[in-house]
Amino acid sequence: MSFVTAIDIFQSYGNRPIIERVNLSVEQGEFISIVGASGCGKSTFLRLLLAQERPTHGSISIDGAAAAVEPGLDRGVVFQKYSVFPHMTVRENIVAGESMRTTWGRFFGAELKAARTRADETLARIGLDHVADQYPATLSGGMQQRLAIGQALAAKPSVLLLDEPFGALDPGTRLSMHDFLQDLRAETGMTVFMVTHDLDEAFKLGDRVLVFDKPRWDPHDPSAYGATITYDFDARDGGIPFQRLKESINVRTTP
Amino acid sequence: MRLINLVPSRPLALFLVLLPFIAVIIAYAIGSDIRLTANPQDKLLPAPSTIGETMVKLTTEGDRRTGDILFWQDTWASLQRLALGIGISGSLGLLFGLVIGLLPMARSLLAQFVAVLSMIPPLALLPILFIVFGLGELSKVVLIVIGTLPFIIRDMSQRTLEIPDELLVKAQTLGASSWVIALRVALPQVMPRLIQAVRLSLGPAWLFLIAAEAIASDSGLGYRIFLVRRYLAMDVILTYVIWITILAFIMDWLLRRASKRLFPWAEGGL
Repeated sequence: MSFVTAIDIFQSYGNRPIIERVNLSVEQGEFISIVGASGCGKSTFLRLLLAQERPTHGSISIDGAAAAVEPGLDRGVVFQKYSVFPHMTVRENIVAGESMRTTWGRFFGAELKAARTRADETLARIGLDHVADQYPATLSGGMQQRLAIGQALAAKPSVLLLDEPFGALDPGTRLSMHDFLQDLRAETGMTVFMVTHDLDEAFKLGDRVLVFDKPRWDPHDPSAYGATITYDFDARDGGIPFQRLKESINVRTTP
Repeated sequence: MRLINLVPSRPLALFLVLLPFIAVIIAYAIGSDIRLTANPQDKLLPAPSTIGETMVKLTTEGDRRTGDILFWQDTWASLQRLALGIGISGSLGLLFGLVIGLLPMARSLLAQFVAVLSMIPPLALLPILFIVFGLGELSKVVLIVIGTLPFIIRDMSQRTLEIPDELLVKAQTLGASSWVIALRVALPQVMPRLIQAVRLSLGPAWLFLIAAEAIASDSGLGYRIFLVRRYLAMDVILTYVIWITILAFIMDWLLRRASKRLFPWAEGGL
């Protein structure tokens, strides 16, 4: 039984199909990179995974649960920007990862103290303990994204969704963010979906690389057909195939 | 050098700030002098010294009949009405703005209704208010509320809608309920904008206050101005006008300071 299952997903806006016939099954702990040209539905697919949108057809289930109708605790997310709360300090942002689910959205008394201690541990681990009392606006882009990831993980989601998380960062920061993400992953064994434009990044971080593309193309009406997963690469072992006994490299052919 | 790159030095900047004020005072003094030399009994442009004396007299001497200093009584009465009106508008505006901005159901229900309501000229409703609420304090406060509330509601709902979707989705993935999202995400983010909206509403609020006081009242800054108009007491009117201007400016300044102090994270945006 796979951890994340997408069965026969179609999504269209009005009568414009965006993605069609997407089937996917992902094991727990896998890191899935999603690449594709702009407008090929990879962000749409991530929003479907997030349950921010509901598919026009088909269903996505995580850990055997029924298809979600709205975003919830089991899905963590980091966007390219606006991923942390600008009106909370860095420490409060991490605490919010745990406290948002309570009735008042905040902790009081001893609970607050304990949450702050945990937040400080998290901040030390993600290297932000020296800016704990600052507001996110004063941090660099890389630090903000690290904070966003730390905040998402504080809620202990079962799946982490990243929508071009490092798209706005400079190459150097991006490399250190890769290390950071790989460390975190080794630590938590989290199932991750990451949408990216950067193929190197996709193969470096992912266990699998999914390519979204339009298998059918009408030159007179480019938006007539939606995109689907056209390639599903095994990206382990540095993307070099045939290093293991059983391997699933497949080029999906759509009927 | 291009004009757009010409930046004044600090002393020059200060001089430029003061220049229009000084120019107005000098222009008034000259105008007043010309009229007074032609006719020492002229009441239209009293000499600055006369205004100064009137100011001292108004703020220190009590009324002949009651002994109360009317100037401070008027100020107190007006400020009370203004604070009450703006306070009610601000709180209701924030509440409705958040509800309309966050809940699509409420948006469908109320947004267009408020848009239509905001088109009613509040002063046209003043007779109705006097008929329904009588000539007392209530009708004046209600006029200020009616005059400023639709604007604040529309501004607040717009600001709430402008909160990036990413933040609302993020809060949901952290398990926040609609209530917690309103309380912990939307409310703090629109608070600086509320102060902004209240600052912008202060001008109309003064307008409605003075209009209501001018028509039916027995105290208040607007009442006094329109009362002494009968005697052509320009020195009193000018004193009151200057005082109202100073009060309005101080309020605006205090609100700006409060916004900076309370919401340091919003610094760049405002």
